Amino acid sequence: MNLSLGPLLYYWARDDMLAFYAEAANWPVARVYLGETVCSRRHLLRLPDWLALAEQLAAAGKQVVLASQTLIESESDLKTLRRIVGDGRFQVEANEWGAVRLLSEAGVPFVAGHTLNVYNPDTLDVLAGLGAQRWLPPVEMSRATLASLLERAPAGMETEVFAYGRLPLAYSARCFTARHYNLPKDDCQFRCLDHPDGLLLSTREGEPFLTLNGIQTQSAGVYNLIGELSALRELNIASLRLSPQSRHMGRVVDAFHAALAGEHKAASALARLMPGQAIDGYWHGRAGLENSMEQHA
Amino acid sequence: MPLDLICPAGSLVSLKAAIDYGADAVYMGFRDNTNARAFPGLNFDEAQAAEGLRYAHDRGRRVLLALNTYPQPDSWSRWTGAVDRAAKLGMDAVILADAGLMRYAVKQHPQLRLHLSVQGSATSYEAVNLYREHFGIQRAVLPRVLSLPQVENVVRHTDVEIELFGFGGLCVMVEGRCLLSSYCTGESPNSAGVCSPPKAVQWTDTPAGLESRLNGVLLDRYGKNEKAGYPTLCKGRFEVGGETYYAIEEPTSLNTLDLLPEMLKIGIAAIKIEGRQRSPAYVTQVTKVWRAAIDAVKKNADSFKPTPAWQAELNKLSEGQSHTLGAYHRPWK
Repeated sequence: MNLSLGPLLYYWARDDMLAFYAEAANWPVARVYLGETVCSRRHLLRLPDWLALAEQLAAAGKQVVLASQTLIESESDLKTLRRIVGDGRFQVEANEWGAVRLLSEAGVPFVAGHTLNVYNPDTLDVLAGLGAQRWLPPVEMSRATLASLLERAPAGMETEVFAYGRLPLAYSARCFTARHYNLPKDDCQFRCLDHPDGLLLSTREGEPFLTLNGIQTQSAGVYNLIGELSALRELNIASLRLSPQSRHMGRVVDAFHAALAGEHKAASALARLMPGQAIDGYWHGRAGLENSMEQHA
Repeated sequence: MPLDLICPAGSLVSLKAAIDYGADAVYMGFRDNTNARAFPGLNFDEAQAAEGLRYAHDRGRRVLLALNTYPQPDSWSRWTGAVDRAAKLGMDAVILADAGLMRYAVKQHPQLRLHLSVQGSATSYEAVNLYREHFGIQRAVLPRVLSLPQVENVVRHTDVEIELFGFGGLCVMVEGRCLLSSYCTGESPNSAGVCSPPKAVQWTDTPAGLESRLNGVLLDRYGKNEKAGYPTLCKGRFEVGGETYYAIEEPTSLNTLDLLPEMLKIGIAAIKIEGRQRSPAYVTQVTKVWRAAIDAVKKNADSFKPTPAWQAELNKLSEGQSHTLGAYHRPWK
């Protein structure tokens, strides 16, 4: 079981993004997902910039995957998608079924992202037939359901599980960050840049609940499966996806790397590095915001 | 026929009301979690479905069956069994979201007409055409996220019929891509067929006001003169950056009467009315208004203008007594 660095879901200053990936070249991750998956208005890194980063990371020994945009709305979104698929140098993660069509037409193997909604082995088999080599279950899928799905998974299919980070839960045509500032989406003034880990949404009694990230809504809690490595190994999971955050990401990766090597203290080290409360409800078949450790305490 | 009117049937009474007042087709679900309105007391068993089909077919109308949740590995046969039943009953189409289930339907029942559900989250013609090529879908229901010019672009690049939501509860998120409900309650539309399920709702009268909670999470608190609506998670009031407001969406309904001439012009095949969970009275009123409006726009699209009476009638039935054009109208975004 190895580690993947998921696509950056937030929007950071260009230099911050470049610095982040320069560091990532030295982290113990096998695979790095690159590209803008959330909002087509975010342009501080354009496709040629991502491709240059991809070359650098590949030269550093990382397997690079270009992640496609999750919500395709316009012809210009499709144009970008075609350029990503057409480049041909790197594997692509399909995050909606239009990308699946283009990748299968191109006849290239791809990664089936978690928003393709693969809930059963038959759908996974359809994707395998279209060229998927690796897939991610929906983030809401429990260990038990995943186990049952994997009993009939197509031969050779690699499974990657979202194992750390705020959970991407929903996508909209509306930008909730722009809405917060009473700005129209078309003139959002790129306020996402002010919120490198998203914009916290709390209940009226001050309980952190969700995180607004442009058109994406995330959990406020930080999904964390570092305590579930033996269960993940039992399921023969190929990789764990760690989702980028603005601070301490290298140490988060180190904690998982150490935990994989059997260091028991790694989990408690991780607790201090998270931008929110730990959650793992989905993995245990419960409400996503629940935390099994808390209930046992 | 362009602009077919597709109305919700949560029960046999609603189905008959929709047909009597002019629906071209109704859509229904079986009484389990194979559809996205898996509410207690709602939907059809096999005998009721057969009676509904007879009632509709005798009057030259159609019945579509929503099988639009994602089959779970342990209960796969519940979904395939539902497809088999739909074929046996003679449903005019099944509305599916899951590719694996589509493959099953095509293989076992090649004559069964397939529609791609809004829960399939297809927002581009590339996605729609994938389902066309591999499973022969005849129609796709688009998520409520595209502007009308974007919808037109989809129509222009596919021979799949395009169906749009015209009226009813407004999903602000891409359908099929929203897990907020399971994050809060453990059950989502994708895997359980429910959003913000009634069993997780709790109302409490407190000194600070009437509170609505979903699995313990405070969604809203209402002052004395405020009208409380059903606590759908995305329509609560929350705190962001020190401000309390409808951070995701107001309690409002989608109403696209104004857009009918454009929808006709760009070749929309059908308009769907949301609300299988609503009463037969609701179905009656909405069907009446939309039948009249669609007839009027087909007669003369250039002079079409929704009457104040229609709008007043629909506003009465809307959540929060207000309506929006949603994403069809760009500034909403």
